[in-house]
Amino acid sequence: MWRYIGRKLAVYLLTFVVAVTINWMIPRFMPGDPVRSMLSRASISDPEALERMNSYYNEVFGLDTPLWQQYLSFWAGLFRGDLGISIMLYPEPVIDIILRSVPYTLAVLLPAIILSWIVGNRFGAFAARSKILDNTILPVGYVLTATPYMWLALLFAWAMGVVLGWFPVSGGYSYSLRPAFSGEFVWDLVMHWFLPFLSMFVVALGGWAIGMRNMIIYELEADYSNYLQALGAPRKLIRRYAFRNAMLPQITGLAVQLGTIIAGALLTEIVFNYPGLGSLILDSLTNRDFFLLQGIFLFVVVGVLIANFIIDIVYVLVDPRTRVQMTGGAA
Amino acid sequence: MTDVAGATGADKAPAPEPAAERRFSETLHFARRNPKLLIGSGIVLTLLFIGLIGPFFVGDDPNAYVGPQSEPPNGEYWLGTTSFGQDIWAQFVYGLRSTFLIGVFGGGVAFVIGTAIGFVAGYKGGIIDEVLNMITNVVLVLPAMVVLIVAVAYLDARGVFVQGLFIGLTSWPWAARAVRSQTLSLATRDFVDLARLSGRRTWRIITTEVAPNMSSYLVMTFILLFGSAILIAAGLDFIGLGPTNGVSLGLMLESAVAWSALQLQMWWWFIPPGLGITTLVGSLYILNVGLDEVFNPKLREL
Repeated sequence: MWRYIGRKLAVYLLTFVVAVTINWMIPRFMPGDPVRSMLSRASISDPEALERMNSYYNEVFGLDTPLWQQYLSFWAGLFRGDLGISIMLYPEPVIDIILRSVPYTLAVLLPAIILSWIVGNRFGAFAARSKILDNTILPVGYVLTATPYMWLALLFAWAMGVVLGWFPVSGGYSYSLRPAFSGEFVWDLVMHWFLPFLSMFVVALGGWAIGMRNMIIYELEADYSNYLQALGAPRKLIRRYAFRNAMLPQITGLAVQLGTIIAGALLTEIVFNYPGLGSLILDSLTNRDFFLLQGIFLFVVVGVLIANFIIDIVYVLVDPRTRVQMTGGAA
Repeated sequence: MTDVAGATGADKAPAPEPAAERRFSETLHFARRNPKLLIGSGIVLTLLFIGLIGPFFVGDDPNAYVGPQSEPPNGEYWLGTTSFGQDIWAQFVYGLRSTFLIGVFGGGVAFVIGTAIGFVAGYKGGIIDEVLNMITNVVLVLPAMVVLIVAVAYLDARGVFVQGLFIGLTSWPWAARAVRSQTLSLATRDFVDLARLSGRRTWRIITTEVAPNMSSYLVMTFILLFGSAILIAAGLDFIGLGPTNGVSLGLMLESAVAWSALQLQMWWWFIPPGLGITTLVGSLYILNVGLDEVFNPKLREL
């Protein structure tokens, strides 16, 4: 088991190094002079502030030192928790801005991922090998996975927000309210949260349902299912065994799909102008605030790595075979 | 009275045809009877046709200000106009064309990288497999979209091909994994061993012995990569990292949101592009299921 986890950790560590290296390389090796063009395009009127920032970035990039030294000092800065200073909200550190947005993104992302996974798996298991359900859930599932996240978000915002007026379509809370722990404010938060959550949930649902349906069909063809059937076991029991086996690839699938779902969350947030990382990315792009953009990139990568590791541990807990193989049979 | 059903047919049996031809006609037989395949490919081909032919009928510049502003769909402007008086139908057909382009190009790059790595890793095994597997896992864990956002943001001028190239470079890992596991199971077969004994080069064995035996699998892999490239491109376009001065379905969505079509209730501005993407990618997926059923006897519904 420790071997397994150790291997996984090695991959994640390597991924982190690669991500940081990409982050370091892109501004330096892209055509043109990004620092100069970034500063010239950033809308700063005060010449003194511009001068200060200019010298700051020259120092940060350390453009007069050799490359390997730049690379090492980049890492050193990273370990101090220093992701640079934002241009958009100068002189606020990037890390503070990001940390302010993360709760909103997580609030939409986590429930959407977990609930869609559970509900989708149930639907899929239900649909497998029952003609009518299968013929409806399968096409609907495929169309849902083919839906761009932002488009469904737009449709929901239009139908339930603008036309019916049930939910607000913009922002994380009403601007008339001050953040506080009052009932009114929490209710307002929930109302603003609901539509982004719902559209994410619905798009993600389809993929899980299809995956589960295919896995169940595969499992029902396995020898143990046939054997149970021959013994006269009730249909429900066989299905329960099949479901438990089919869960395992779905857990792995969760890890693989994570990147896509996060991208979907970012796009959904942009539609609803929800104050999470997605809107922050859009802001940093329009303001050409590359420090903020790269900070968000690192943050998302670290988040994905942590989530992957959690999923790995869950997998070990759920599947007894990994435990046995990794301790006993590993060569 | 001892006439067996099969016996009468025996003297009318057709002349034996070559095995390859028989397999082909058998595949065709099931392909023609598979509703998923027929419907899916029908829709995809229709959209392709619109994307290919449509631009010749709507004028040269889909972004030109041709009509009245904020007009709902009517006889003259089939899908209405934007708040600047651009013809949405014209944008749609041009956007459809570039959507196919990005799908073919982005999906193609991902397909080439993914299959190459998958074949080599699965066939060679050993240390090469370990290294390639490590690379695949690293790229797999990196969230492709976010990498793309950072990389593309630094480019000043962006075209469809650059976008496709970047999408291809980040979305190949699962294809590599799938191809690798298929190759692994083929690499130990007798006919591959024979080919190896005959002293042929590795890439010759891969292209003549291994690849043809998983051709249906490769086709399906390409279709999935094609679909996901379209979705990723639409996402990039939507956050404003699309091709500069271009037209695409994602860019239409972006400008619809940027000019608050939502608040103005101009549904004709944001529904068609999204519907186009969803229909295209959805039919690709359904077509893929159909193909799977045709090629894989276990899944055939008889």
